Amino acid sequence: MEVLLQQPWIAVLVPAVTAVLIAVGGGRAVKVTRWFALIGPLAVLTTGLAGLFSAGDTPAVVSVSWLTQGLDAISVGASVDALAAVMLTVVGVVSAMVVLFSIGYMAEDPAQTRYFALLGVFTAAMTGLVVSTSLVGLFASWELVGACSFLLIGFWYRKPSAANAAMKAFLVTRVGDVGFLLGLAVLWGRTGSTDIATVNAVVGSLPAGVATVAALMLFAGAAGKSAQFPLHVWLPDAMEGPTPVSALIHAATMVASGVFLIARMWPVFAASETALQVMLWVGLVTALGAAAAAIAQRDIKRVLAYSTISQLGFMFVALGAGAWQIAMFHLVTHAAFKALLFLGSGSVIHSAGTQDLHEMGGLGRLMPITMATWVLGAGALAGIPPLAGFFSKDGIIHAAWVASPIAGSVLVLVSLMTAFYITRATVLAFSGSFRGEGHPHESPWTMTVPLMVLAAGAAGLGFAGVALTGLLGGHGELDLTVAIISGSVALLGVCVGVILYRRGPAVDAALERRFVGTYAAARSAFGVDALVTRLLVRPARPCAEKVYRAIDRRLIDGAVNGIGKLMAEVGRLATALQTGQLDLAVALMGAGIVFLTALVIGWGGR
Amino acid sequence: MGVLLPVVIPLAGALVVAFAGRVGAGGARRLSAVVAGVTFIATLYLAFSWNAGGGENIAWAIGGSQRVMLLRFAVDGLSVPLVVLTGFLGLIAVLTSWEVRDHAAAHHALLLGLEAAVMAVFLADHILLFYIAWEAVLIPMFFLISVWGHENRRAAAFKFFIYTFAGSALMLVGIITLMVSTPMDSLVGGMAVVSADKQTLVFWLLAAGLLVKVPVVPLHTWLPDAHVEAPTAGSVMLAGVLLKMGGYGLLRVALPLAPDAFRAAAPVLAILGGIGIVYGAVLALGQRDLKRLVAYSSVAHMGFMLLAMSTGTALGIGAAVLVMVSHGLVSGLLFFLVGALYDRTHTREIPRFGGLVAQVPVWGGVFVFGALASLGLPGLSGFPGELLAVLEGFRSFGWWIAPVGLGVVLGAAYNLYAVRAVAHGEPSVEWQSIPDLGMRERAIAASFVLFIVGLGVWPGVVLSATESVTRILAMALGGGQ
Repeated sequence: MEVLLQQPWIAVLVPAVTAVLIAVGGGRAVKVTRWFALIGPLAVLTTGLAGLFSAGDTPAVVSVSWLTQGLDAISVGASVDALAAVMLTVVGVVSAMVVLFSIGYMAEDPAQTRYFALLGVFTAAMTGLVVSTSLVGLFASWELVGACSFLLIGFWYRKPSAANAAMKAFLVTRVGDVGFLLGLAVLWGRTGSTDIATVNAVVGSLPAGVATVAALMLFAGAAGKSAQFPLHVWLPDAMEGPTPVSALIHAATMVASGVFLIARMWPVFAASETALQVMLWVGLVTALGAAAAAIAQRDIKRVLAYSTISQLGFMFVALGAGAWQIAMFHLVTHAAFKALLFLGSGSVIHSAGTQDLHEMGGLGRLMPITMATWVLGAGALAGIPPLAGFFSKDGIIHAAWVASPIAGSVLVLVSLMTAFYITRATVLAFSGSFRGEGHPHESPWTMTVPLMVLAAGAAGLGFAGVALTGLLGGHGELDLTVAIISGSVALLGVCVGVILYRRGPAVDAALERRFVGTYAAARSAFGVDALVTRLLVRPARPCAEKVYRAIDRRLIDGAVNGIGKLMAEVGRLATALQTGQLDLAVALMGAGIVFLTALVIGWGGR
Repeated sequence: MGVLLPVVIPLAGALVVAFAGRVGAGGARRLSAVVAGVTFIATLYLAFSWNAGGGENIAWAIGGSQRVMLLRFAVDGLSVPLVVLTGFLGLIAVLTSWEVRDHAAAHHALLLGLEAAVMAVFLADHILLFYIAWEAVLIPMFFLISVWGHENRRAAAFKFFIYTFAGSALMLVGIITLMVSTPMDSLVGGMAVVSADKQTLVFWLLAAGLLVKVPVVPLHTWLPDAHVEAPTAGSVMLAGVLLKMGGYGLLRVALPLAPDAFRAAAPVLAILGGIGIVYGAVLALGQRDLKRLVAYSSVAHMGFMLLAMSTGTALGIGAAVLVMVSHGLVSGLLFFLVGALYDRTHTREIPRFGGLVAQVPVWGGVFVFGALASLGLPGLSGFPGELLAVLEGFRSFGWWIAPVGLGVVLGAAYNLYAVRAVAHGEPSVEWQSIPDLGMRERAIAASFVLFIVGLGVWPGVVLSATESVTRILAMALGGGQ
């Protein structure tokens, strides 16, 4: 245990090595080697727990020089402080549960080797992101988890929709990453360091403008990774990946790393009131818009995807309100209940053979464990006391209220919508009678055990709030007024949802008729994606091709060829006896060189 | 003596292969492989002995005379990485030409001759020797393109020759001017500076030749044509090492001899670099020809090289060398892969491919790897150099480098477009029965992967070599570091 804290890179290395072992083992051995994939997450989890138990001590820092030149040096290092310990525990638990779940879920897939190896690489990179003590190491891991996300979204690469979604995810997050890169450059230029502790220590003494710019640039990176408006457009499409991947990468860990980044670099953000305001309002818009979109989705995974975007918006509101510890608290509870809901949806999809809520129904009787755990997760998301989400959301609404009553009241509204949309999904999937084809059945133990473990977290983690925020140096006590308001709002949302959707999916059509424009707008997530596609994505290649043909070929190369022809023509006139083009050119140039040299030396010699 | 071997071995090998006509195609290629292999070992030996000597310059001259003779060779921290890169890619180029049946002996002799000439560029100590080697590179490359190239090979070869020759004609004027105005002709270790009044003139004359080779926009249009028409080995050498001659020449000749002019020109170089980064990426995105896409990506990558160099800091100049070495590896890998695909399908048209990961999984997997390396994924060789180019670029030029961010996004765009269109998606029925990479090709791919990962994880292997030189260059620019 102790050695894992002294040498935190071990937790990075173990999942990476198991990934290599799985890859080398190949397809035939995968029935055995896929179990190796559990080792990495367990090492990460052990490190995280060890870190939690010794959170009071000064953490050990291991650092090596990555490169040096002149007077500059860039080091990369690893350390497990309280923040890292919290995050590692989340990463360890969720990735272990996802691996276990995948052993059942992916049992029939012929490309399992690639799948489990990539999960290992992802866990390694995510761990690297968390334990990094230098911005360069963090940024490198940040890009690597993005690459793993790309490869896993496109896991079923034959499907055009999956291949497109993978590309979209990479490109949209890269737009944010350019912000991160420039933020890194600003900090490097102004502090001469990429060491996180050093940067955080001196950022307060920089001019306010510099801090603001650096903070906003880093936030751009975080917004891309954590799918905040307007860079959220990749996440719903990312659902093309295998569902356990959605649970791990696109709900619990990678998408939350934007929140983690800001917590990690908190002094940079604390130095800029502007940056905090921007985060607050971007988070608020995201939370509201995505919750509205979630109400109108038919695909169970897209409901959860928009829900994730919305909940990440909650976390950014907390960050903007200055309560980063509360944001981390919500990150933890969200990781538990959203991973649970995604795995639950995986269990449902695996069994019912569809992702369309309208084709489900009645699964509660057929899949009792899946339903029971799902209901706990849904309750936690809705914020029903005393489930986990209730506590962390209460903290966020309270913090938002203090920062801006408008933000606080909007979040209360979003809480109502949240309770409503998850109740809708729950009722449509599990109550009534089965509307699809086939014979759904409960999933095997490898899939139900992870559900139960995560359900325990979704139910109980709320009570860890005070301890957890305390560990990070904040306060997580319940505010009674807010608790009463948000608790009753959640119950209200659930009640409305149950009453409406008890009658089955026909309600969707009724709602659509009742609110013609609004419903369609919500279903298309207010057209942001379509707009981006029309303005940027679709014209990109045709425009590039036009530039290539018109400017590069016709204009520049045309000019070059024109000069060449002209020269050849002049040469032909001058020396009619010459036959080979090359001889001619060489001869001309020889003459030219002599002439020019004479000119230059004569001129320079004056 | 060790400094001579990387030039002499391939040169002698070229003559032997050329005149041992009776050994046939098989004999010629086996002989060339041995020669190229020994050359690679010689470059590694040179690197290790240079390192063991504490980074002291290793020099060699006829009769040991340092002053008089033209034939003076030397190696220092700037040339060591490029010499090893050339040794590696020289071997790869021979191995990728395994299937060449048409005048195989001549093909291989020219490849080895090309390698010798490039080695001489990187190892020349006398400035005239540098120029002679520089021009000598053109000849084997010209014939490789014009004889063993694709459909429009002759036009492309002429364009390549005339374009670069025109550039180097200006360079020659610059060199003569320089030799007239300063008694020093040593490039390695010598620190003669051209008198202030002539620096600008000399610098831009030299730069005219060097920048064509890099190449910078708008002097780049010879490159895609030459690349697309060249045989695979030619493309590997062209992108892998010939383009590096431009960057190397700037650091070896132009910067130390005319530091004030270089400093004055730095913003221009940075702008040219920035244009290359963005414009090269746009052009790559606009391609339907896979080989042309990779060719244009060189323009973008060399833009990063120029940007890094223009910062004038030790770290920036080191980053420029990193970008050069990395690009040599990554573009070498991609040209090799495109060549292997062309051998099987006789087309380079992107829309005709699709889902190749399913049909040729090894080729597809390595192609995805190459694309990720090309877009600068951390852990792979492209990342450290381009990261440092941005960091140091900001330190030197502030927010002026922000547009480079657009190039970073576009860099991902064209690489992922290639992956999406060629490797991912529904497999095309047309290529159902093409074979995957064979053992020889897997060995080539594996060695690329190994070096690309190695350099990405441990960029120090190059930067520790360049350290001594970049420090001096940065000081010459008055950067203080």
